[in-house]
Amino acid sequence: MAVCIAVIAKENYLLYIRSIPTENELKFHYMVHTSLNVVDEKISALGKALVDQRELSPSLLYPTEDHNVYGYVTNSKVEFVMVVDLSNKALRVNEICSMFRKLHNSYTDVMCNPFYNPGDCIHSRAFDSTVTSMMTQVC
Amino acid sequence: MADAALFEFLHTEMVAELWARAPDPSPGGQKTSLSVLEGMGFRVGQALGERLPRETLAFREEQPPKEVPALGGRVLDCPLTLQIGDHWDQRGGAVGSCSRPPPHPQWYTALCPQGTYILQDNDFPLLVRMAAGPQYLEEAPKFLAFTCGLLRGTLSTLGIKSLVTASVTTLPACKFQVVIQRA
Repeated sequence: MAVCIAVIAKENYLLYIRSIPTENELKFHYMVHTSLNVVDEKISALGKALVDQRELSPSLLYPTEDHNVYGYVTNSKVEFVMVVDLSNKALRVNEICSMFRKLHNSYTDVMCNPFYNPGDCIHSRAFDSTVTSMMTQVC
Repeated sequence: MADAALFEFLHTEMVAELWARAPDPSPGGQKTSLSVLEGMGFRVGQALGERLPRETLAFREEQPPKEVPALGGRVLDCPLTLQIGDHWDQRGGAVGSCSRPPPHPQWYTALCPQGTYILQDNDFPLLVRMAAGPQYLEEAPKFLAFTCGLLRGTLSTLGIKSLVTASVTTLPACKFQVVIQRA
């Protein structure tokens, strides 16, 4: 179950962040922020090699004792960062993949909205509901 | 699929509307209309760029623009043609109907080494309806502005700054010239 989901633009500013409002949200914000470094490292490291693995599989960025942070980069260098709670059951990579794919599809729909200017914060209800469904799903 | 016809009608009406309202028939006024069309195409291209299959990115990442610019013309050859081809297939797939085969664009690098690509389409769907031959040559560029913007928008989503222009010598064949701008 995802605990925090963030969308970061190409220029490294936040387009969207949402977390479960139970505990200290700031902690998740910090986690997302620090994981951005790891994302950049991975991108530059894999830049020379063949990289068709990168898009298809989100990468585990940073494991802590009770959370895992996963990252995923799209064609347009927009990054999705997801913080996942480990306390329930361990989410398999396939499930993480499918969650990121759903997220990417939602983001694509937001981009296709002609009233949305690329680079603005995301205020779409459809996107919110996708994120909510990921946060409250009990697998 | 009816989508193809819908888009063609919409596009025809867009061009007609912009030209009907243009109060200034001189080249200055026409440029505004053309840039409006191109701007619309750009925004649509940006959105379409997100939908592109992710494999196109794999080739492009091998050569970030910071690297050897002298090789740029040749090195970008593979990924750009792949992207433009995919993109064209998407559009061609949307526009083609079952009775007409989708257009087959041919692309090749020009002799200029700075990354100029020419995309030639001998059967451009938006022009096919007009005429075959040199009859409406003056009217043709209006119908290409949107597509130029589309290509430019898609490339910009993928991180490539470019300049796209179009030229027509005989309908319905047209050429799109894509110049990659080095940052």
